[in-house]
Amino acid sequence: MITAASGLCLADAPVLPQGLVESEPAGGGSGPALPAGLAEEGRGDAGAKGPVLPEGLGGGAAVEIAEPAERTGKAAPAGDRLKFPEGFSGYWEVRAGTRLKEDPVQDDISLAETRLQLQFEKYLGKYLPGGGFQATGDLVYDAVEEDRGDVDLEEGGGFLDMRQLWVSFTPAGFMDVKLGRQVLTWGTGNLLFLNDLFPKDYQSFFLGRDLEYLKAPSDAVKASLYGDLANLDLVYTPRFDADRFVDGSRLSFFDSAAGGLRGEDSPLDPVRPDGWFEDDELAARLHRSLGGYELAAYGYRGFWKEPAGTDAAGRRTFPDLSVYGSSIRGPAASGIANAEVAWYDSRQDRQGNDSRIRNSQVRLLVGYEREIAADLTMGLQYYVDHMLDYDNYRENLPSGTAARDRDRRWITVELTQKLMAQDQLQVGCFAFYSPSESDAYLRPAVVYDVTDSWRFELGGNVFLGRDRHTFFGQFTENTNIYAAVRYSF
Amino acid sequence: MKAARKMLAAVLMAGLCPLACQAAANEKAAPDLHQIVERANRTAYYQGEDGRADVNMVIVDEQGRQRTRRFTILRRDDRPPADKAGEYGPDQYAQDQRFYVYFHKPADVSDTVFMVWKHVAMDRDDDRWLYLPALDLVKRIAASDERTSFVGSHFYYEDVSGRNTNEDTHELVETTDTYFVLDNKPKRPELVEFTHYKMWIHRETFLPVQSEYYNKRGEAYRRYTVSSVARPQGYLTVTEARMEDLQTGGHTTIEYSQVEYDLGLPEDIFTERYLRKPPMQYIKK
Repeated sequence: MITAASGLCLADAPVLPQGLVESEPAGGGSGPALPAGLAEEGRGDAGAKGPVLPEGLGGGAAVEIAEPAERTGKAAPAGDRLKFPEGFSGYWEVRAGTRLKEDPVQDDISLAETRLQLQFEKYLGKYLPGGGFQATGDLVYDAVEEDRGDVDLEEGGGFLDMRQLWVSFTPAGFMDVKLGRQVLTWGTGNLLFLNDLFPKDYQSFFLGRDLEYLKAPSDAVKASLYGDLANLDLVYTPRFDADRFVDGSRLSFFDSAAGGLRGEDSPLDPVRPDGWFEDDELAARLHRSLGGYELAAYGYRGFWKEPAGTDAAGRRTFPDLSVYGSSIRGPAASGIANAEVAWYDSRQDRQGNDSRIRNSQVRLLVGYEREIAADLTMGLQYYVDHMLDYDNYRENLPSGTAARDRDRRWITVELTQKLMAQDQLQVGCFAFYSPSESDAYLRPAVVYDVTDSWRFELGGNVFLGRDRHTFFGQFTENTNIYAAVRYSF
Repeated sequence: MKAARKMLAAVLMAGLCPLACQAAANEKAAPDLHQIVERANRTAYYQGEDGRADVNMVIVDEQGRQRTRRFTILRRDDRPPADKAGEYGPDQYAQDQRFYVYFHKPADVSDTVFMVWKHVAMDRDDDRWLYLPALDLVKRIAASDERTSFVGSHFYYEDVSGRNTNEDTHELVETTDTYFVLDNKPKRPELVEFTHYKMWIHRETFLPVQSEYYNKRGEAYRRYTVSSVARPQGYLTVTEARMEDLQTGGHTTIEYSQVEYDLGLPEDIFTERYLRKPPMQYIKK
């Protein structure tokens, strides 16, 4: 009887892990670790035996943590300590794409390139407070481009695309500075930009290059000041960095002014403001967090980022622009909600009656994202681009030019699903739909991480539109699919 | 009569024995259930006021194929307001924490930063951010479901940052010489995939040494085991642990090294400033 009863309180104890051992074995206690074999539990055999005490739960004496090399050696190989990556890293990739429709002014092959990205990073904290240096460049062989030899660092043309080349340091506890070529992003939109006036690369975006290439680098100095009341970012770009916009060279578009498709034979050749310190840009963001809510106010003074004007000679220009806006982002109903607004002040045409310069506009964005099922995330955005002085615009519109609606409305939906046991497969689609212009743009994509180094990608860029002159409708000949293989190191 | 008396004696003994065993086993004053639960939570997740560690995760799938995740984790516990200092003792309800995770491997996520502000209040989801350096993008992540895989491993986000002790009802089902064995049932079973889970808590140190999760068929389908601990600066630290998927045979081993506590990590490390500019003085070792 007693034995049976004792059996209840002397249940076979789990083996203590290394490092945790009984300091005072109780009378009749089971003592330290049971042999590993006895501690093994069969499936479904719930609670019959307990765990082995871990290594280290032993005597009261402190146990020194063995470095990975000295311990069991089953995880990290000997001597493989974690250290700051002072050397190189990067990737090598092959990417190819093809149009699905006949495009009379472009090749069928939209992408055929191989790219080697090399990144060198060094922490300079010993020499410069908070010091760091990074250089990242892509060596590209682009079979579609004809003049591969002409390296254009501004446009990313040729065989070298310098992505980052900067130095950073902390001149005072409350201030960080970053100087050189750098990619900059702020604002709360998902693939929609209101207060982010940093250069974008829409050609790469529409052709199916990695999403990293949507942002083109800026040559600028960024100073960030941090305080208790608020934080301030200031970005000064001494020479205007335009978007890498669709000019016809790689993607065709319907040019209503010319009355037809513009393609690789007749790309746009705008007049660029290119005076150092004369044609400069200044962007600022004042921001702070309140509870979990991120608040920001923005300002920009510079130029429209794509040719939004025409001069007397008929050449495209980048007219002056100032932007003022604000945003808020934070948790709402088990998801994240955001709202952002921006006023685009087209300074050279404040009345809106110069038909050669784009009117001022107000942009508004409201977004919401949440996980709707395990590993399935959905994001929704509603965006409006409201043209100011619309009546003046209509009055002064040259005859034969298709008119834009006062309000261009977009709804975007993004669905992303992670699949497989290690989340190595991701399937998703980002869709833009304009209820006002009846056009749409879809970005389906599948990304498969075959191993930690190899990744395979397959996706598409689908342009649909009822009319030729609308934002996405003008690109309908460019609908394409692409595939890529990448090796990271 | 004699037989009956013997039976009665036996029954009484059987009834008394657990109490007697309990008394024999617990020479010190037995902590109550609430104390066990809170102390175990603190031992697992709240050592020191802040800390850093280098983490190596090896994920093995059912076919034995491996993936590696290497990152440095910084952690800081929120300080209690001065007027509430007395409420934050070892048995008291644990407070909010902030985590900063800087990835080293695999190569395609290196320099990516993941940050969490953990909120223990039941009606508040954690705040999460992801920083992608190639885009200079601070992404805010909507994730109310904490029981999804952390970076593709067998550990969930909740395993890394801690499951709120108020989310389950706890029961002390067994006390052995070495362990308190708790059985925990979710207060909201529709939010989780298990019906209950057991925890073996080392009596002397209050460290949870093993957890086993049971499905609707009563089978253990998932198991967390601590393999090895150490005491850097006197703080009990898990240095190696394992999470197993008992149904497929896949598992993830996690190893912590270069563990340090009470570094005096400033609170502003866990803000956007340091997402964009990782604090190398704490990450580089």
